[in-house]
Parts: sequence; structure tokens; C-alpha cells
Amino acid sequence: MPKKKISSLEEFFDFADSCRESLSRKRQSQEIHVCTGGGCIASGSLETAAAFEAAVKQAGSDITVKQTGCMGPCSKGPVVRVMPANTLYEGITKDRAETIFRQHLQEGTVVAEWAQKDQATGEPTAEDTQSSFFAPQRLITLRNSGNIDPLNIEEYLASEGYQALAKVLKEMSPEDVISEMEVSGLRGRGGAGFPTWLKWKFTSQAEAKTKYVLCNADEGDPGAFMDRSVLEGDPHSIIEGMAIAAYTVGASQGYVYVRAEYPLAIARLQKAIEQARAMGLLGKPVLGTRFSFDLEIRMGSGAFVCGEETALINSIEGKRGEPRPRPPFPAQKGLWDKPTLLNNVETYANVAPIIRDGAGKYASVGTDTSKGTKVFALAGSINNTGLVEVPIGTPLGDLIYDVGGGVLNGRAFKAAQIGGPSGGCIPKQHLSVPLDYGSLEKLGSIMGSGGMIVMDDTSCMVDVARYFLEFVQEESCGKCAPCRVGTKRMLETLDRICEGEGKEGDIELLEQLGAMVKDTSLCGLGQTAPNPVLSTIRHFREEYESHIRDRHCDAGICAGLVRASCQSACPANVDIPGFVALVAEGRYAEALKLHRERNPFAAVCARVCFHTCEDKCQRIGMDDSVAVRGIKRFLVDQEITIQVPKVLQSD
Amino acid sequence: MAETIDTKTAQGCCSEEHEMTVEQAIPAIDHIIDSLKKTKGALIPVLQQTQNLLGYLPEQVLVHISRKMDIPFSEVTGVVTFYSFFSTVPRGKHVVRVCLGTACYVRGGKQVLEAISRELDIAVGSTTDDRLFSLEIGRCFGACGLAPVVMIDETVHQRIRPDKVNDLLNTHRDLDAQEEQHA
Repeated sequence: MPKKKISSLEEFFDFADSCRESLSRKRQSQEIHVCTGGGCIASGSLETAAAFEAAVKQAGSDITVKQTGCMGPCSKGPVVRVMPANTLYEGITKDRAETIFRQHLQEGTVVAEWAQKDQATGEPTAEDTQSSFFAPQRLITLRNSGNIDPLNIEEYLASEGYQALAKVLKEMSPEDVISEMEVSGLRGRGGAGFPTWLKWKFTSQAEAKTKYVLCNADEGDPGAFMDRSVLEGDPHSIIEGMAIAAYTVGASQGYVYVRAEYPLAIARLQKAIEQARAMGLLGKPVLGTRFSFDLEIRMGSGAFVCGEETALINSIEGKRGEPRPRPPFPAQKGLWDKPTLLNNVETYANVAPIIRDGAGKYASVGTDTSKGTKVFALAGSINNTGLVEVPIGTPLGDLIYDVGGGVLNGRAFKAAQIGGPSGGCIPKQHLSVPLDYGSLEKLGSIMGSGGMIVMDDTSCMVDVARYFLEFVQEESCGKCAPCRVGTKRMLETLDRICEGEGKEGDIELLEQLGAMVKDTSLCGLGQTAPNPVLSTIRHFREEYESHIRDRHCDAGICAGLVRASCQSACPANVDIPGFVALVAEGRYAEALKLHRERNPFAAVCARVCFHTCEDKCQRIGMDDSVAVRGIKRFLVDQEITIQVPKVLQSD
Repeated sequence: MAETIDTKTAQGCCSEEHEMTVEQAIPAIDHIIDSLKKTKGALIPVLQQTQNLLGYLPEQVLVHISRKMDIPFSEVTGVVTFYSFFSTVPRGKHVVRVCLGTACYVRGGKQVLEAISRELDIAVGSTTDDRLFSLEIGRCFGACGLAPVVMIDETVHQRIRPDKVNDLLNTHRDLDAQEEQHA
């Protein structure tokens, strides 16, 4: 760190050069990177890092142990990368640290057992960039996350950090920046996909002495955690992106609105802001130029609607987070009625690479209408849960089966829910859909913030729709009637269907209400709230119909319709939990009787049945399914020895 | 009238600041308000910091904040009731938030919630009699890869199974018992 603030651009370039040199020297020596993203910390990565440090110290070695941001494969945490070999280790709890240190770093042999395996061959991949998880990815937003120490500004500088800001200050006018952004084709990554350059242009054209730039880090969509990871793993990229935006639109104050559920992200961003301030990258002036800019963090207080831009503005002003009618748009009248530019975390993280490497390079990735890359948070029933960044336009199937490693436990893929409570479900017949703004919209979904929940045949689509509607109903701020009352009526209808009291016409009612809520709600929350319901009706109408007409839930989820998921899966609807429990108590005769109430051919069934019940067994998530057919065969075999004669009595 | 904010319990689980009375807390609250004097739209940060200090926001405190900041009481309570993080009733020493985000929901978050609710014998939104635990629902902590998760205070616990919630809660009970012994 230089002793005093950097006071000119020349001084900055010199200092950045020296950071780069010292890092490239360090890169040649051995380093241990331990992921300390929120996910890995929950898996115990802080203890792992401490164990590595202890091992290094004990050996008297000078190997650096570095705590980095998220590396991606969250479910395999704690994740550790050994440099410069670039070997990724998964599931490295603290007791495994010593072995890796000794074998890999001291003796030079890869610990094959814990190294990341190639999906196809099962062999450890030599370099993590070649693995099926990383190879299809293209890291722009997440370029530094997992590679640098987020709390060390010099590492960010050494990775070309703040070069874009310096370039803008040195040689670009605000108009230049806007036209560069236009060429890049970057669209808002928060969900709606509004062209970023247009937003910047409108705000820069608004005439006012004071303007603001805001960063929306109120990542409320359940299932999305890319903003959190960027803030935790590369906070300086947000500061740089916002500073460039502020220069372009003519603002000198910015706010980052972070949700309170992310304490680690808040702490790291705060630290980064202080470092940038101390170095003269924030404050008055920035790097000795005529531009000045400062940042403040505002914490959310647990209201989903505050992710909507006008509600977020109200919340920063210290009011109830209720949305305002638009127009006037924030670009004209936003925070404290001043022109305000608001973008999402991921959008800002893309700004610096676009300016630094040229918009053309960025625009070469992606499709004709949607440029660049998108970060997706893979979760749900998928093998490789975690954070991935792929070029826009990558087919959904490639993302799930190549990067994601397929559906968990070899189950059948049923749907992918994209875009959280504002998005929709994509069924398996559309697995080839390219993930871009237009194609997803055509299927009734949205790109959204990029949360992707993969669902297998144990998920009931009606229940999923009900879940999302319950979510938006609880989070609806109550200001406008269509959202407040409309979603409530829809939820009541869905509740009825799930409880087995659905009636003819319910589906049509949901469609009608959904269209009305969509058309007439005040803000984005209400306007998109019916999407999960409408998209599941569109793609899974037969499931709704079987709930209403047959009182049957195929997935075995809806409590009102299902006693047990195995029973629901049985074509003969045999009372499986009942007879299994009776067998456990040795009451074989009663068990058989119970079976025969629904299916008299127990002995045949015990030998030839293809046991759909076992596929739906709830134990699969823990170890393996209950061997229902095996138990049944044991049960019928008991009948040979323990006969229960039927005694008929005449009156 | 000194309303005691008493989190003293059968298990004696209280950090010192929680024993503060509202009167005792007033100078500290004034200090918070003064330190944020230059901040525009400071009401929410003031309320956040006050709640950190007291654990909740009693009416008396809200009246004081309203007068001191010259914001109508109706507006202050309007804000407090709007956001789910603010509480006007005392909460437990540990806030247990069970995530019901989509990923956790499809991986069995609801069953975890039911198990914890049964174990603590309280409904969602309430506090145990010994004021040790409050139970709340969370909407995604961004640890979806490790679903289902439970956040206790500021720590995320991953892959919680309904049959294991007891262990999780007992760890906290044990720690508190140890703390008490030390005290």
C-alpha cells in the first residue's frame, strides 16, 4: 500500500505496474487458495484455512495461504485450489489439510482421492480449467472471484483492477463511455434486461446539479446468490463499475443497497470502500482528477419488494419500501427527487472489463440480441450446485448436464425454474432452449437474476407454483390492490387445489386472475408475480387437471392428496407405509390383508412389479430407498408357513 | 417508569447490553442519532443500530427516536412494521432462521422448520419461554448449494436434516451453559 493517497493518474499507473510485477513473481511460487465464500464458510473453510496455516508454519515453509472468494462448486465445499498447478480439491475439511500440504505441496504428488474428478472418466482433472464444470464457462463477472484475496486491494490492482477507471478518467468523455456501452450490448442483469447504455444515457442527459448512482444488491430472489458472491469475492469490481457510471452520468455520490441477510458481503464491501478511499480511488478528488465520487452502504431490513428500483429508493430515503408509480423514471426523478442511475451488482461487475478490453471483445460473446455472459446459481436437484458463468445463449440442457453434472441421484429431469418468483418453469421438452432474454420470455419465463432451481420428478408443479405465490403474497407491500388482493385470491385457489378441493374452472380462474394482476399491478413484483403459476399451467396443465379431477398428486407432495409419496406412486394405490410398518412388527397376516385390500395379487406383484414406489421413496435423499418389493416378497413368503384360516360362522 | 428489558432467564443467557433498561439505553440511542446526523435518510440505520443494541424496539424507544429526529411517530412505526427485521417484542438470545427459499424448499426446508418448531415447542415468529431462541423464516441466505440451511444468529448451518435439529440446538444450549458457568 502506498503511504499516502495516489494523487495523479501517472502515479496510479506506476503503482499498478509495481503491484502487477510483485504478483507475477508470487504467482510462480506455490500458493494455497482456500475458498471463503459464504457457502464454503458454512462448510467449515475457515477452519481449513487455519489448518493449512498451521501446517505451513510447522514446516517452516513460506507458502502463502490465501483466503479467496467463491470458486463455484459450492456443494463440494470447502474447496481448495493449489497454485500454480491449478489443482482443485473438494471437500477439504480441516483434517484433510495436512495431507494435502504434505503430499501435494511438499512431495509434489496430487492427492487423487480428493481432487476434482472428470465427470465422464472419473479421473482427477490435472487442471481445473479442463474439467467439465469449468471448461464450458467463460468468466467475466466472476473473473477475480476465487482467484484473488478480496480484502487485498493490491491483488485487485495487479489483476488489471481500476485500469478501466483510470482509462476513463484519462482519455474518455462520458459520451465515449456511453457509446462503448452501447457497442457492448450489455443489458441489465438484475432481471428485466433493460439496455444498460440507455439507462446511462437518460441519466446523463437529465439536467441537475446533484445526481446519484445506486447499486441494487438486495438480492431477494430465493435461489440466486451471484450478487452475494461478487460482493464477497470481488468487491472492488463493484466500486470500479459504479465509479465509471458516476463519471458518465455526472454523479458524485453513490449508495450500495445490500440486504441484511448478507453480513459477510457487507463487511467485505465496507472494507474495500475504506481501502479505495485511503488510496484515493474514492473521495474528493479521485486520483487527483476533477472527478470526485464516494460510496455508502445501506443495509436492507428484510423486505423483498425493496429489490424493485423505486421501492429501493424509498428505502434509502428512510421510508417504507413501497414502490412509486413510474413515470417519472428514476433517471429523471429518483433518490431525493434527483436523477438517479440504478443498476444491479452483476451489471456493474461487467463494466470494467468492457471499458478496459473494449466493447467489441465483450460483444463477441453471446447471441445477436443478448451479448456477454450470465452468471447462474445452480441449485436444487443437481449434482454440481454452485455458481457458474456461461456465454448467453448456452442451451439449458448443456448447462444442466455438462456444467451441472446432471440431475441428482440419477433421477429424471422435470423442470428448471428460472428467475425466482418472477420467472417460470421450463419443462424437459424445451431443454434445448438457448438461455437468452428473448427465448426465455417466449416460454413464459424470464432471465431474471439467474437463479436456477432444477427439479426432478419428486417436485409437484402445482405445489411449486403455490410456493412462489405464497412468497409474493407475503412480500407484497400492499400498496396496490391487484397485487395485494389478486395474488391472495390466486393463492386461495391454489391452496384449495393442493388440499384436494379443486373444482372445474379453477385453472381458467387462475389464468384470468393472473392476466389481470400482470396487467394492472404498480411495480415489477406484481407484474411478474403470476409468472410461476401461468408458466406451470402452460407446461404442466395435466398436473393441475389430475389434482382437480383425480384428486391425485403424482409427485406425492401435496399433503391433502397424499398419505405417502410411495403410495401415491403406486398404480394400485396400495397402503405401502401401512404394510411395511406391520411387517416391521411381525404382523404378517395383517400386512397381507392390508395389501389385498387394494391389490389381491401380492405374491405376483412381489416378483414382477417395477416398483415405482421405490423411485419416489423419501429416504433416497438420505441413503437409499426402502426396498418395498423385497419386503413384500418376504411378507408373501411368510404366508406359506403362517396361514390364517378364515372361519366362517353361520347364524 | 423504568421498563426493564430483561432477557434474564432460567438459563441466565444474557450479554450485558441486554440487561439495559430503556432509560439506560437512551444516551446510547442519542449517540447513535447524533453520529448519523449528517446521513440523509438516517431513520432506518438508526433503527437498525438501536435494535442491535436492545435486541428489539420497544414503543418507548420509538417515541424517543421520533421526537429526537423530528419525524412523526406514525412514520416511525410505519417503517418499523414494514420491514421484517424490526421487532417490537423482545426476541430470544439466538434468532433461528430456517430458510424457505426455493432450493431449501424443494430439498425439505419445510420439514426442518416443522422439526425445529416441534423441538422448541414454539410457532414461527415467537420466542421460547427461556428467551433463548426465537424462530423465524428466512428467504434465502444465498447458500442454495448447501440446502436446506438454517441461520442461527449470523452463522449459516448447512444440510440440516430434520432428525438432526436437536444436535444443532443443543450445541447452542451447551455453549450458553458454559458461558454461564464462566460468568
